[in-house]
Amino acid sequence: MLRQFWEGGPRRDPNTIAYVVLLVAAIFFPILVNVITGGNSSAIMTIAADAGVYVLLAIGLNVVVGFAGLLDLGYAAFFAIGAYTYAFLASDHMRVTPLGEPIHISFWIVLLIAMFVAASFGVILGAPTLRLRGDYLAIVTLGFGEIVPRVFRNASSWTSGVNGISALDIPSLPLWLQGPWSGDAFAFVTDFKVISSLAYYVIMVILVIICVILVRNLHRSRLGRAWMAVREDEVAAAAMGVNTVAVKLLAFSIGAAFSGFAGTYYAGKLSLVSPENFGFSVSITILVMVVLGGMGNIPGVITGALLIYYVIFVLLQQLPEYAVNFVSSIGLSGLVRSSGDYPGIAEFISRLKFLVFGLILVIVMLVRPQGLLPSRQREQELHKGVHDEPVIEDVTAETT
Amino acid sequence: MGTIGEAVRRRRGGLRAGAAGRILDFALIAIIAIFLILLGTKVVAQGGSFFLQILTFAVANGGIYALIALGYTMVYGIIELINFAHGDVFAFGAFLSASLLPIFGLREGGTFTAGSVIALLAVFGLTMLSCGILNISIERIAYRPLRHAPRLAPLITAVGVSFFLEGVLFLWKGPSNVHYANIIPNAGFEIFGATIGAKDLLVIGVSIVLVIGLALFVDRTRLGKAMRATAQDRDAALLMGIDIDRTIAATFFIGAILAGAGGTMYGLYYNTSVFDLGFSAGLVAFTAAVFGGIGNIYGAAIGGLVIGMIQSFWDGYFDSAWTQVVIFTILILVLIFRPTGLLGMRVPEK
Amino acid sequence: MTVEVIPPILRVDHVTKRFGGLVAVDDVTFDVKKGEIFALIGPNGAGKTTLFNGITGIFPPTTGRVIFQDREITGAKPHQVATLGIARTFQNIRLFEYMSALDNVRLGQHCRMHAKLWDSLFKTPVERAEERRVSDRAIELLQFVGIERYTHTYARNLPYGSQRRLEIARALATNPALLLLDEPAAGFTPQEKVELMGLVHKIVDNGVTVFLIEHDMKVVMGVSRRIVVLDHGEKIAEGTPEQVRNDQRVIEAYLGKQH
Ligand SMILES: Nc1ncnc2c1ncn2[C@@H]1O[C@H](COP(=O)(O)OP(=O)(O)OP(=O)(O)O)[C@@H](O)[C@H]1O
Ligand SMILES: [Mg+2]
Repeated sequence: MLRQFWEGGPRRDPNTIAYVVLLVAAIFFPILVNVITGGNSSAIMTIAADAGVYVLLAIGLNVVVGFAGLLDLGYAAFFAIGAYTYAFLASDHMRVTPLGEPIHISFWIVLLIAMFVAASFGVILGAPTLRLRGDYLAIVTLGFGEIVPRVFRNASSWTSGVNGISALDIPSLPLWLQGPWSGDAFAFVTDFKVISSLAYYVIMVILVIICVILVRNLHRSRLGRAWMAVREDEVAAAAMGVNTVAVKLLAFSIGAAFSGFAGTYYAGKLSLVSPENFGFSVSITILVMVVLGGMGNIPGVITGALLIYYVIFVLLQQLPEYAVNFVSSIGLSGLVRSSGDYPGIAEFISRLKFLVFGLILVIVMLVRPQGLLPSRQREQELHKGVHDEPVIEDVTAETT
Repeated sequence: MGTIGEAVRRRRGGLRAGAAGRILDFALIAIIAIFLILLGTKVVAQGGSFFLQILTFAVANGGIYALIALGYTMVYGIIELINFAHGDVFAFGAFLSASLLPIFGLREGGTFTAGSVIALLAVFGLTMLSCGILNISIERIAYRPLRHAPRLAPLITAVGVSFFLEGVLFLWKGPSNVHYANIIPNAGFEIFGATIGAKDLLVIGVSIVLVIGLALFVDRTRLGKAMRATAQDRDAALLMGIDIDRTIAATFFIGAILAGAGGTMYGLYYNTSVFDLGFSAGLVAFTAAVFGGIGNIYGAAIGGLVIGMIQSFWDGYFDSAWTQVVIFTILILVLIFRPTGLLGMRVPEK
Repeated sequence: MTVEVIPPILRVDHVTKRFGGLVAVDDVTFDVKKGEIFALIGPNGAGKTTLFNGITGIFPPTTGRVIFQDREITGAKPHQVATLGIARTFQNIRLFEYMSALDNVRLGQHCRMHAKLWDSLFKTPVERAEERRVSDRAIELLQFVGIERYTHTYARNLPYGSQRRLEIARALATNPALLLLDEPAAGFTPQEKVELMGLVHKIVDNGVTVFLIEHDMKVVMGVSRRIVVLDHGEKIAEGTPEQVRNDQRVIEAYLGKQH
């Protein structure tokens, strides 16, 4: 009787609609693309499956930043660790290293290994740092994020340095249903090599769904509550019996595990790893996805990830081309060619990339600091200030 | 309330300072010792004049980092923000001064006269002032509205501003390295086979003057005292009638002037710059600030010097591909083993 | 004297706490006995809150020992102290403002829950059952302190008095043997104070020892049989309300200023 009271009404997940919309979109997206492109959906599906990597990363970072309130500025380092774990454990590459013997472990097992490896690094890094004040974690992760790709680049006898490692094993599924979508007749195939972009997309969607369910469970558990409490008031949480260091460490390493997991998927799909793909800008991009989407809210960060991915990897890439077409169509084709310091419209627009991205960040934070789809808590926190700090309105009254 | 948390952390620090802590300290000292011995053998092998040459270079390099690190530490000290855009303000200084040089008649290959000195001073002054104004505007637009928002919010705008500034520099000069006019005469003198050039003297001299000037300013002037008071306890400072907004703006201004001077000297010294110079230099300088004990201006100066020297020595004697790795490893080790930094006078707790 | 027979639940043994040069608590010794309502009084800045912080591990004492149920807990971490059975409230209410009242109380039960990471991830039956238990208990506690109508309200949106009650409910959720209340009635009207003292009695009746700090002498005299008085960090008196009231040093240090 009491239970009905609290399980009813207000405790309903306000995100149900968002989840349904996302799920429906995920299911209909390939069909829609297929119709629009007239059957040549592969290029777009590849992009979509890549976007899924960022969705995974954003969901994982959200545990760290959104749930536990820890700032991780080197998230891509764990991503790199996951990717290289796959490269080491599932390719011929080890033959040319001091080890001398190739290792080939199944993609699915490496996924778990990578999670474990990344989480271990998370613990090593987090355990000493999380006892210190919050900003220290940000700085330490920042440093770690700079170290890891450089180590992969410099330790070339093991990693082939800047060339990266290529020809990684193609993941295979134990069982797969073939059908008209891949141009075949209906049939079950075993040991199916995942090559088609649609297959990657499907796997990605399934992985994302599993992750969302697990993370959502965590969020609504004893641990999720503890994270929230630690984020709000560490001292009070500790006085109520929460081992704050342990709880934060758990969030941090779960986040790291996600990143490692996503790294392995990424490496498996690309069949290539290179130290250039894991720099600070990747860490920041993921952070931006989380913040912009709405820290602490899973559908929010998914939306944020998709949106930012689209802006950075699709829109900003295509913008120069659009600009060229545009100026040509309005008769200013003189702008297309470069002259003197002016590099031509296409290059000019592509140079705007950083500027536009920076501007988006600043404006969003100023106008909608809670993100596009914020969690209820975060929304309030950001509007009212936190704890005993004066609320924003009072301060402006004071200073003007 | 933070004071309670502080005590918790201090106590834990205290626990680590026990037996285990001593072992860790010992390990750290051992690492440093091994490094120094390694360095020593290399130094002996390669001769004293090479060492002296690197030393000169290292001190100049450290001087520039010290100037950047000061800006990080001052801003962090007063509003606890890692001002990511600071490195880009420094890079902006390098770009701007490069464009100002020809306007003031300073050209590569020209003769360097007494008039050139005044022109150079003007370039320095204008660059520093512009950087100051730029940084104040950044604070006003991007940070102040978020002063009472959770920490993450201003940090993200700081990253945004950093990208924005890099974007501006990118548009300005494109993606590749930009030559910076080499106007300082190549004159110099030789001791023990090493050349100490006019450039070295300029950079070292200006850095020392600026650091001492800053120390005096913070110690002696009203504004400097207000800055210290605000850094220590903003509410108390407010009660004492200190204009917090003005003090914070002044802190950004001063930090940026130093970065502007640093940027100009970087250009004059290395004769090159690139649009994302601020990112890499900023990270190293920030490491220096943490290394010295963030929030502590003497710490930043010394930290800058030390990190700059480590960088130069590593570049000179070891594989330069690993330099950044070494620096960031130091950063992490310092934070873990000695979170208050080298000087550790003021615990950056709040 | 029957008092002698009752074993102490908490022993504060020559506890001193220094902040730099300031001696906030100066060589204080006393016992809290099982099942009583024990009070700590003293003028502003006397060191009362600091003493609470020392007991709960937030500021471990500089010297001296804290013994809880025959076990030394000096220097234990706050979460360990809470798990051992000492819960507290804060003078300047420290609720989790953006969590509902229900979640605040559920969080209080954190250290009594057993669900592992695995259980949480997969919502195992064990976890579900435990969550149900915890939620039921939380509602009971909200009813116990009389604020069940705010179950789903964010803590920050509760009226002031209810926030203080919610803090008590959250502390009780840790299932403590000893409850430390730091000025639980601060800012209350006389009527509310009476109600609160009723609640305190109810808590003691449930077998929890209560150790409270209170500014209002009259309130204290009404509820506790034994009182310790601090002034400038020093213990200046200990005894029954009557003894304390008539103590010359107390009158000088405390009552003298107010009356
Ligand atoms: N973290 C701290 N650092 C330095 N001094 C402190 C700290 N906490 C408390 N003090 C000082 O210790 C003394 C005792 O403070 P405490 O808060 O314990 O007093 P109190 O008896 O609880 O007073 P009140 O009735 O006002 O709550 C005060 O002088 C206070 O300024
Ligand atoms: Mg008090």
